[in-house]
Amino acid sequence: MLEFLHRPRTRAQARAAIILLAVLLALLPFLVEAGLGRSWVRVLDFALLYVILALGLNIVVGYAGLLDLGFVAFYALGAYLYAWLASPHFGLHLPFWVVLPLGAGLAGLFGVLLGAPTLRLRGDYLAIVTLGFGEIIRIFMNNLNAPVNITNGPQGINLIDPVTIAGVSFGKTQELFGITFASAHFYYYLFLVFTLATLFIAYRLQDSRIGRAWVAIREDEVAAAAMGINTRNIKLLAFAMGAVFGGVAGGLFAAFQGFISPESFTLWESILILCMIVLGGMGHIPGVVLGAVLLTVLPEALRYLGDWQRAALGEVVVDPGDLRMLLFGVALVLMMVYRPEGLIPSRQRKREFHAEDGVAAQEQASLYDSRA
Amino acid sequence: MSTAPDSPLRVESPLTGAKKLLGRPGEFLESLLAVKGLKVAYGGIQAVRGIDLSVGEGELVCLIGANGAGKSSTLRALTGLIHASGDIRFAGQRLNGLPAHAIARLGVALVPEGRGIFPRMTVAENLAMGAYTRRDAGVAADLARVYDLFPRLAERRGQVAGTLSGGEQQMLAIGRALMRRPRLLLLDEPSMGLAPLMVAKIYETIKAIAGAGVTLLLVEQNAHLALQVSQRAYVMESGSIRLAGPSAELMRDPAVQSAYLGA
Repeated sequence: MLEFLHRPRTRAQARAAIILLAVLLALLPFLVEAGLGRSWVRVLDFALLYVILALGLNIVVGYAGLLDLGFVAFYALGAYLYAWLASPHFGLHLPFWVVLPLGAGLAGLFGVLLGAPTLRLRGDYLAIVTLGFGEIIRIFMNNLNAPVNITNGPQGINLIDPVTIAGVSFGKTQELFGITFASAHFYYYLFLVFTLATLFIAYRLQDSRIGRAWVAIREDEVAAAAMGINTRNIKLLAFAMGAVFGGVAGGLFAAFQGFISPESFTLWESILILCMIVLGGMGHIPGVVLGAVLLTVLPEALRYLGDWQRAALGEVVVDPGDLRMLLFGVALVLMMVYRPEGLIPSRQRKREFHAEDGVAAQEQASLYDSRA
Repeated sequence: MSTAPDSPLRVESPLTGAKKLLGRPGEFLESLLAVKGLKVAYGGIQAVRGIDLSVGEGELVCLIGANGAGKSSTLRALTGLIHASGDIRFAGQRLNGLPAHAIARLGVALVPEGRGIFPRMTVAENLAMGAYTRRDAGVAADLARVYDLFPRLAERRGQVAGTLSGGEQQMLAIGRALMRRPRLLLLDEPSMGLAPLMVAKIYETIKAIAGAGVTLLLVEQNAHLALQVSQRAYVMESGSIRLAGPSAELMRDPAVQSAYLGA
């Protein structure tokens, strides 16, 4: 997706490509609204939100190889902190640029708190513990309405303040520069800025010393320690960095929706985000972006199936919601069989799945060479 | 019986120079690595039952013994990978309780059993990981030296390490450890699972590395090879040191001959 940025043929071409992409991204919500209707602009907003979440989880799962099934907990923490500090629930109305960093910090702190006791766990065991952590947070949010009402329980928190920048509230439809901006349009641009920032950070991390240490730990933790890598701190950093992105996305989600409840933060969300990474190509940023966009947009597109059924058969025979799950399962199975490395895998990931093909022949060849 | 005789063969390291070692006087002085009463237990099972061991600067010492004698456990304890009791000193500094990465940063490099290369990285990327903690200007020169020592690695620098043959992976593991510019190189069974020709090649290289002044502790099941290249040797049996002495003497020892050399 962003692959062409890596190998620009000439500088002018690269610049042209970037300008084209920027114009396209800037006009996208209006193009989508004209073509598909306003509800699709909201889908676009969610796609960006999931790109942020998937890039965050990709640090933990894709780079460091730590299978985290409780990622939604950080999303929930970011969202709830936003709701506590900017809604009538506690009567606090702090601006979003104060609340968002606090939410990110809280999520990062919990990332370390989750990471610390699980440092010795790998693979399935880590997955189970993190899964439990995700559920613990959700159940806490569900039950912390008595004796002191902190989370308002299953009813959730309502009337969360929309983001306001320079006196413009993102919650209302407004006319600016002669163009009508709906709430979904405002949030699209806000989320786009955050997505681009996340992309930038994700790329920088990947090429950094820390990024190389994460890959080394993923490949062989003992060998990584023998290279002088502080495996404990580097793993905790992966948990914390991933959680920070989750917390930011959570805050943005709360402001965007205006309402949050524990129902938004189920295990299903964690699995969905993980699927985005696996589908797109674990550890590879363009793949992760594609996976997040596909898995947000496609299920929405499936909703049309209900309308078609009603038009053709007079009633809805198969609920599109059920169909969504079915197609999801089929898609993942097909992926595992035909393209286990993901849609746009990294060079390294591709090796992992297709390296074996050449090994036997080389083993043989090198044995003979060693006589020479 | 578990005290090691001091070796008369002690070479000064041209890499590190003749360093005046810090630490207590007595047997700790001059020994780069000094181990006293090392014990390792897995649950209730004693894998290492209180061994003493020393490696002098520039020496090539081997630790031989059968499968399950506790050799690998000893190495894992020395590099901080498992908890051990006793006293481990490296250049006068106590290593007990230090995490593995801290010990690695002090200049102890382990080539683990089964090589432990990064299989999905290329040869060049693996070697670069060896120099991960280094910030000095000598990295490029050391890389050239490793490629010089193992021309095979130079040929395959862009190849994914997991697709190398067993012998090449062993070369890579040793090369990567050398990229750390270690003061002490620990080799765990470098001959394991390799074709005889490859074993001979690896051992030639080990001799060359020792000749360049790197201090080595070599753990081997293949006693014959290990005794041939080393200056001093320890023989380990069910968690204890049974014999210790200059390798040439141990080679003539009837007990060693019957148990390990098949004479």
